Formats: sequence, C-alpha cells, structure tokens
Amino acid sequence: MTPTIDVDHVARLARLVLTDEERERFGRQLALILEHADRVREVAAADVPPTSHPIPRANVLRADEPGPSLSHEDALANAPEAEAGMFRVPPITEREEEG
Amino acid sequence: MGDAATTAGPVAGTDTAYETVIGLECHVELSTRTKMFCGCRNEFGAPPNTNVCPVCLGHPGTLPVPNERAIESIVRIGLAFDCEIAPHSLFHRKNYFYPDMPKNFQISQYDLPICVGGHLDVEVDGEGRRIGITRVHMEEDTGKTTHAGATGRIAGADYALEDYNRAGVPLVEIVSEPDLRSPAEARAYLTELRATLLALGVSDVRMEEGSLRCDANISVRPVGHPEFGTKVEIKNMNSIRSVERALRHEQERQVGVLAGGGRVVQETRHFDETTGTTTSMRSKEEAFDYRYFPEPDLSPLEPDPAWVERLRAELPELPAARRRRFEQRYAVPPAQAATLAADHAWAAFFEEAAAGADPRLVANWMTGDLAGLLNEAGIELAGAKVGPRHLTALARLLADGTISSAGAKAALAEAFATGEAIEAVVRARGLAQVSDEGALTAVVDEVIAENPGPVEQFRGGKEGALNALIGPVMKKTGGSANPQVVRDLLRARLSR
Ligand SMILES: [Zn+2]
Repeated sequence: MTPTIDVDHVARLARLVLTDEERERFGRQLALILEHADRVREVAAADVPPTSHPIPRANVLRADEPGPSLSHEDALANAPEAEAGMFRVPPITEREEEG
Repeated sequence: MGDAATTAGPVAGTDTAYETVIGLECHVELSTRTKMFCGCRNEFGAPPNTNVCPVCLGHPGTLPVPNERAIESIVRIGLAFDCEIAPHSLFHRKNYFYPDMPKNFQISQYDLPICVGGHLDVEVDGEGRRIGITRVHMEEDTGKTTHAGATGRIAGADYALEDYNRAGVPLVEIVSEPDLRSPAEARAYLTELRATLLALGVSDVRMEEGSLRCDANISVRPVGHPEFGTKVEIKNMNSIRSVERALRHEQERQVGVLAGGGRVVQETRHFDETTGTTTSMRSKEEAFDYRYFPEPDLSPLEPDPAWVERLRAELPELPAARRRRFEQRYAVPPAQAATLAADHAWAAFFEEAAAGADPRLVANWMTGDLAGLLNEAGIELAGAKVGPRHLTALARLLADGTISSAGAKAALAEAFATGEAIEAVVRARGLAQVSDEGALTAVVDEVIAENPGPVEQFRGGKEGALNALIGPVMKKTGGSANPQVVRDLLRARLSR
C-alpha cells in the first residue's frame, strides 16, 4: 500500500514554495520514506516499545550555574537588521502561535 | 460578589438556565538562576539581548542540556498538586514559525509529560471544590516581540523587534480539567495556584511581569445538558482580576448568543483591559499542525523514585493545609484564615504575633486595618514599619480593655506611619480608655440628667434605650471611656 501525502500541506507547514517539478519529486521521495516506515511497523512486535532515542540514556542534566553568554555585539552580529539593541524582523501579520 | 447569579440564573427573555464550564491553562516562569537549556542568566528586566548565547539563539550545531533545578521544581509542583510523577517522560519539538522563537521550534512536552492527573482544592463562598489538573509539563519560554510602527499594534505594524533574553527561560504549563463552573471559581483556583507556587518558592508568580500567565477556555450549556458547549479561548489577561472580568463578560456574551438562537463560534478571543470586553482575534481559524516529534538532542527524564519521595517529604506546608491549621488551631474564621495562609509572609507574621495574644484579634486586625493601611500606602507587608510585636501589643491592650477599638485604630495607624511601639503611641496620644468608675460617674450622671426621654424608656423596660445614653457619654469623654464600663455604670445608676 502506498501512503498518499499532501505535499502542498507539508510545504506550507515548512514555509516552502515548490516548483511543479519539486512537488512531484518530493512527493515521490516522501512516499518512499513512508513506505519504509510501514515496513518497520510490520516487523515491530507488540512487546517492542517505540524508540525515541537510539542510546538508552536518561536524565542528562546540568547544574543551575550561569555560564558565559554572548556579548551584546556578538549576539546581534548576524542580525540582518537591528534596532534599539533588538533584532528587527518583518511585520507580523497574523499571530500564529502563543507559546 | 453575586457570581452565582450570573452563572445559573435564567436570562432575560428566556426560561433557560445556563451553566458555565471553564478550564485554565497557566504558564509559570521558574525563578531558576539560568535558562532551561543553556547557562544564560534568567533575569527579568535586563537590557535587550544581553542574556543570550548560541543555544538560546538557535544557532546551528548547538546542543541543549536541561537545567536540573528546573526539573526539581516541576516535580515539586507536580507533587504539590498530587500528580503522578511519570517514570518516563520526553521532550518534544513543537514546530512553528514565529520570530519570538529563533529555532523555529519550541522544546516542550507532548504525549509524555512529567506530571499527570493531580488536583487543587479551592474554596468559594465557604464551599470546598476539587479542581482536576490534567497535566503539568516542562517547556521553554519564547522571546519578547515589540510591534513597531504607526499604531503599535500587530495590525498595521511596520516591523517587529525581538529581544531573546526570555527565550529559553524555564516555563511550566499547568492545565486544569474543565471543572470550574464560574468566573469566581476561576479566580479562587488562580489565587490558590499562585499561593501554592509561592509557598514552593519556585517562581515569583507576578502576573503583571508575565511570570504567571493564564489563558482560559470557556463554554456555556443549558443546565442538565450532558455535552459541553462550543468553547472559546480567551487570552491577554494580566491579573487574576482580569481573568475573572474577562470570563464574566464572555459568559454573558455566550449566553446572549445562545439565548438569541445563535451559535457560539469556536475561536480565540482577546481581552481588552480598558473596555472589559473580549474581541475575536482571528478571522480564519485553522487547526495548527505543530508536527511534534521527540527532541533528539535531549534524553528522556526518568526520575529516581527515591528522589521523588524525598522531594515529597520535604514539601513545605501548602496554603490549603495552613488554612485548615489556622482555622482549627487558632479558631480564625475561614475567610481570614484564607487571606493569612495564602502568603508566606502574612502567615509567618500572623503566627509570630498570635503567639503572644488572642489569635482571633490578631487575625482580625491584620486582615482588616493593617491590610487597609498597606493597601493605602501601596506597600507590601515586608516593607511595613510595624511588625508582629505591634500586633501582639495591640491585641493585648484590646483584650484587657486598656484601649477601645477606636483607640486601637488610631494607635495602629500612628505606629504604621512611625514604627513606634504601640504602648508608646497609646501613652503619648492618651489613647488608653477610662475604665475608672469614679472618673466616669460624674459624666454618666450628667448624661442621665440631660436625657430624660431614653432614661424613662429604659426604666419602662426598653433595653435598647441604653445605647442612646452610651453615645453621649462616649462623646463627652472624647471616645476614651471604656464602653463596657459605661454600660455597667449606667445600668447601676438607673436601677437605683
Ligand atoms: Zn543561552
């Protein structure tokens, strides 16, 4: 079974503009990836828990101790535009997320 | 405040009574020294983009490492709400494009949060209610966006400015069950939540500074209806009072829509502080697809059960337990106990003062006059010139009849302004009341002579007429007479 995939939807989520050729090519590639995942699902037994991390480690934490931050100048060095010590970005037309 | 009436009462023009259903999502910034996944300082009010590094600016190739103090804090929060601490939980990436998150994703938790299934007990109008807590999860805060341009609002802004000092600050999300049934209950829940977090010492929970933020989901349905109505999400409320106001407005708006035969639209609405109303935030509503997937750069959290139990044993006394203790041990009325127990500073002040005097008097004067003086001066208890010893002295002098209520009021106000001892103020201002019968007899006799009407009524058996004689005595003594002594004296002189 070949899973169908809405390439336009995925492209929109990733904020990508695709040409017709890219849409066709990525559609084919994404379908292959999903097929592969489906094959894994066939052999995955019920007693095998889903793997989120390949290395069985947990609780890798750090102490709550301040470390060096960037200087203000370095932080803004790569900003396309800056103003009043802040990164200047294009206007936001629609609130898309609320954190 | 009459909230129940707006909740379940029939609406004008209809016979239908409506029930309100509310769930709250709260975000709490933890007061750790550093951010969630990097060593940048977590501080409010620093100059823009001075607490930033390659990790929290989302530079390629950087690796996040969770802050162990933040994990400890969220486990303690979960334990305080009686949540189950998950033996295995994961961080996920929540993908979205918005310039306040330079990585283009936020690290959050998704289907395996660290704390699940707790509750918070609240009290509304003397009635206890248990509000379910669905989950408590760990995430990171976003940067701060300033919309710049002609209007200063999102719509019509020419550009935006980003300060990433807040990006990556540890943020805890606490999601309640839709168990709240009125705006007043929502207020009680938030007040209790805030007090609990304050007692845990994990956050400064200042809504005006954004370290406690709250969104509300609200729907209404005809009473007895088994299904929930269409819910609306409300944002932009920056005080507990605003939450209550916004919910009250939205509850009435929805009932109005339904009563008028209309349909409530599922949407997000924005609360406007100045008008006290909510307005629709977006014209088109699309379900967001955040494409959550496990954060490959962070290991799972698998807290050691022994460590969790140690944290549980070390939890401080929480406001609910403290409230009950104040009611039982000190016989303080529930409303006053709630006020005193909600804040650690108030609770400690009260217990110290109550150790040397009648606790009910101390509670009464703390929640009454002292609270009023603080409010008027716009200061916190910790910054006041009066301490527990002032309240102890005040309660003692009141109890032994040395000062009257009026005298106590004046003494506290003066001590509040100067910091002087209550005893010294009472002496210097001559606030001690006259209890000496000899000194009062002349005045009492004078008043009896001047008021034949009430005298006759009292002698005729009208007990209440005595008050008409006590007043003039108090007046003649400039309020310094002990009212109980005056009463007894009047009775004695009139029965002769
Ligand atoms: Zn950083």
